Amino acid sequence: MISSLRLRAAIVSTALLAGFLLLWHLATLGTGVVADVDPEYARLMGATAVAGKSAMPGPMEVLGKFWWHLSHPFYDNGPNDKGVGIQLAFSLVRVLGGFGLAVAVAIPLGFLIGMSPLMHKALDPFFQVLKPISPLAWMPLALYTIKDSSASAIFVIFICSLWPMLLNTAFGVASVRKEWLNVARTLEVGPLRKALQVILPAAAPTILTGMRISIGIAWLVIVAAEMLVGGTGIGYFVWNEWNNLSITNVMNAILMIGLVGMALDQVLARLVRLVTYPE
Amino acid sequence: MTVNPFVLVDDLAKTYGATAVFENLYFTIGKGEFVCLIGHSGCGKTTILNALAGLEEASDGVILVGGREISGPSLDRAVIFQSHALMPWMSVLDNVAFAVRSRWPDWDKAKRRAHALKFIELVGLGNAADKKPAQLSGGMKQRVGIARALSIEPKMLLMDEPFSALDALTRGTLQDEVLRICHQTAQTVFMITHDVDEAILLADKIILMTNGPGAVIAEIVVNTMPRDRNRADLHRHPHYYRIRNHLIEFLVDRSKQFDRSTFDPRKPKFTTPGLDTTTEEKQP
Ligand SMILES: Nc1ncnc2c1ncn2[C@@H]1O[C@H](COP(=O)(O)OP(=O)(O)O)[C@@H](O)[C@H]1O
Ligand SMILES: [Mg+2]
Repeated sequence: MISSLRLRAAIVSTALLAGFLLLWHLATLGTGVVADVDPEYARLMGATAVAGKSAMPGPMEVLGKFWWHLSHPFYDNGPNDKGVGIQLAFSLVRVLGGFGLAVAVAIPLGFLIGMSPLMHKALDPFFQVLKPISPLAWMPLALYTIKDSSASAIFVIFICSLWPMLLNTAFGVASVRKEWLNVARTLEVGPLRKALQVILPAAAPTILTGMRISIGIAWLVIVAAEMLVGGTGIGYFVWNEWNNLSITNVMNAILMIGLVGMALDQVLARLVRLVTYPE
Repeated sequence: MTVNPFVLVDDLAKTYGATAVFENLYFTIGKGEFVCLIGHSGCGKTTILNALAGLEEASDGVILVGGREISGPSLDRAVIFQSHALMPWMSVLDNVAFAVRSRWPDWDKAKRRAHALKFIELVGLGNAADKKPAQLSGGMKQRVGIARALSIEPKMLLMDEPFSALDALTRGTLQDEVLRICHQTAQTVFMITHDVDEAILLADKIILMTNGPGAVIAEIVVNTMPRDRNRADLHRHPHYYRIRNHLIEFLVDRSKQFDRSTFDPRKPKFTTPGLDTTTEEKQP
């Protein structure tokens, strides 16, 4: 039953995709030769003028370019022409850097808040104010203090991944079942062993779910951040190709951003499943 | 009554605000004795057990164990929780080994595992050692809880309605096993139950509590049945129905309207309904 449902879903997905590609293809087809055009002018303007072709690239064009990007991912012809693989790598390094810093801060701090009702109450007002701030609002301040665009982007990623992890860790730690803590108490388990062998595994699913939310947000934010700071990264690539008026490349970048984001999410989802325990 | 009881509860009370859950509790538990506590829900049984375990502080009074006042939880007093309280991310073996490691931190892994396995086999779960708690039935989980408690070789076992969540059949077999193990190892046990038959089967003494708020110990019933009793022919013994009727009559009637005028909390009354032949006439 399950497998047949999965199969039917796959069929519907494929049909939807095929339908979408077909519509796209038809919508961007040329309308035939529009008029007699001066050959000089036609040579200048290309198919857009001669064949009434849409300025919007068709699916074949985009997929062809996609294939080209996949087969030339790491070329480097100077600052404005790098392979999309290089750009994605820049973005990933920034995301993982900021995310890693956030993990290093959020997990210990989350433990502290989760275990101490006092700290929870004392720090809560700060979180309430800091949490709704768009991470990009920090950018000027980061640029001014850090004075390095790449480090500023990492800082922005750090800020935006911090909150979900921090709040989830605190919540996970605070809601560890009382009875498991009582078991640890009656066995006279020391604080470090209690933290590592009871609280951490008990809260791990909640903590990792927070990480999963964080990495999703970080990947959303990095594109915007790189559009702002420029230089390198997939966000910069999108903006640069827009300036080049290469809609084909913009569409390619959008597709890549989606695929990489999905991969990041899948990795974290797998980790969540790994630490989830059935009760 | 031993002169120097292993556990001495002296004038214990727990109050929330102005209302006392229980007060003036005074009782003792001898070494190797099996004591059951019976009372209606909410009279403070769990609170008493938690106080004995050191998990919760009483509002008044002291508890001496082995002549010393207790101050917090101890590996000498193992708790078997009502809800088994196994760590679901650990296998059965790891759950028990976790406790073993707490008791003997210097042991190497092999020694810990061997010791844990011995107790897992004692409760009949040798084949399930590598399973996770979620893969076990309720009765098996409770067995793991018992193995974990026994594995640290405590001086005393504290059990809070350990079998109340189990079906009758499983409960019966587990009661038999607990009785066997506790007699073999001469364990000192304090157990809460609301099952009268369970108390008669297991306990040497049955403490009866009145209803809260302000619950007190009404009396302590001495189980006069032979110690080598078992569940199958418990009911054939003449003392059985006398004790049973006495307990049920207490729970139904007297726990509510307890006469405190002639009552000295420091000297709880010991009764031996099993030896009382006058009750027979009242039976139909
Ligand atoms: N935080 C609290 N504030 C007020 N009353 C409480 C609190 N915690 C427990 N109680 C009361 O203490 C009583 C004893 O609870 P408990 O020891 O669990 O009883 P039992 O195990 O006999 O059912 C209950 O009647 C409960 O209402
Ligand atoms: Mg209770």
